[in-house]
Amino acid sequence: MSSIILFWSISLAQLFLAIAMGISVSRIARGPRAQDRVLGLDTLYVCAMLLLLTFAIRTGNVLYFEAALVIAILGFVSTVALSKFLMRGEVIE
Amino acid sequence: MSEYGEFPLWAAIAVAFFILLGSSLALIGTIGFAQLNSFYERLHAPTLGTSWGTGGIVMASIIYFSVSEGRFAFHEIFIGIFMTVTTPVSLMLLGRAALYRDRTEQNTEVRNSLDDEQP
Repeated sequence: MSSIILFWSISLAQLFLAIAMGISVSRIARGPRAQDRVLGLDTLYVCAMLLLLTFAIRTGNVLYFEAALVIAILGFVSTVALSKFLMRGEVIE
Repeated sequence: MSEYGEFPLWAAIAVAFFILLGSSLALIGTIGFAQLNSFYERLHAPTLGTSWGTGGIVMASIIYFSVSEGRFAFHEIFIGIFMTVTTPVSLMLLGRAALYRDRTEQNTEVRNSLDDEQP
């Protein structure tokens, strides 16, 4: 019983997160300006990190957490660098 | 999916509740991000996924690994703390960049219209 509950809930959560990633990719594609595309990239990496966490629960493997942490750190640094580039025209002043 | 056999039922229900809560909040935030009209409204929508979406899924994985390994597993808390700390910083920088760009373009538009009006 518990295996059925876990299997279907994790599958439904992965479906939700995949749909969310698709929606953010569509916003990246049709975003009217550059800051919409940067925000879509931010949303995309957050959804990818949550999808890796659900894969960690599904397989019972702890190694997915390091991958999720690397995605979170690199996504934060890339969003900050792109925002600085949009504001100043250069990343390092 | 074979080691779920001796997993207790209350923990399975708790994990299912928190993981569905987190993923549906992330989906709702992304739908709002696609549907809202201006950029400054769209800036608020994905924070639903970064605050309670991350919190729900991290809490589900803490419950799952604590029950399945028989000890308190807290290594997912780092991801939750990191997302809580870094999301306002990155979104504030992005909002200020967008405000700077809008102000610059409005100034040029105003100057162009004034130039057009003068003979």
